Amino acid sequence: MKTSNSMKLVFPARSVNEGFARAAVSAFVSSLDPTVEELVDLRTAVSEAVTNCIVHAYRDRDGDVCVTCRAYPERRVTVTVKDRGCGIEDVHKAMEPLFTSMPGGERSGLGFTVMENFCDRVKVRSVPGKGTCVTLEKRFKDLR
Amino acid sequence: MSVRIESTDGIMRAKLSGEIDHHLAGGMRTALDEAILREKPRALLLDFSDVSFMDSSGIGLVMGRYRLMNESGGEVEVVGASPQIRKVMHLAGLDKLARFS
Repeated sequence: MKTSNSMKLVFPARSVNEGFARAAVSAFVSSLDPTVEELVDLRTAVSEAVTNCIVHAYRDRDGDVCVTCRAYPERRVTVTVKDRGCGIEDVHKAMEPLFTSMPGGERSGLGFTVMENFCDRVKVRSVPGKGTCVTLEKRFKDLR
Repeated sequence: MSVRIESTDGIMRAKLSGEIDHHLAGGMRTALDEAILREKPRALLLDFSDVSFMDSSGIGLVMGRYRLMNESGGEVEVVGASPQIRKVMHLAGLDKLARFS
């Protein structure tokens, strides 16, 4: 489907950029005039996806995170968060609520659960050793 | 990000402010744990009224403090969380662990 608008961001996988990524996505979708709840839902999901790249995909090494936002007709938006990190061996397992590859740390294992609950659709493609691409899709309610 | 801690009669009130994400949760965790271990309160009140955003890193922050308080039989209460923050906490079932008001 033809996009109405799009933007692409590339930034180093450093935790200080988590807030930047959320703010940039919020600013991009704000022209669609979403409700406060819709906007915070999307911000939260983006925060989870970007944090996964920093905490899991690259662990302690350097790498870039690429965030692409696309707006489609009928107030549908997609946000793609892509890394070239370690990839996920078992995507189904990684998406199970409370699963964490870092037990003992303070990661709750709820990142994907938050994404799935706060978006209409979450698609994950991952190749071990090559990287992961998470696509978040949300349709904002019609304006009254 | 900031954590302001005040204690009276064994009740520790920690006022969190700003955005709670993976980047900032670590600093809040250290500040809270130092105060809890030093003062050993019987109740911890986590005040979220000035928290403008929270993702699942905040769940880890609350759960970890709940565990720490629980070791010494202490309680945790969450106050002032916005509907959005409560939504994130609800996903983790935090409302079953901590008291909400």
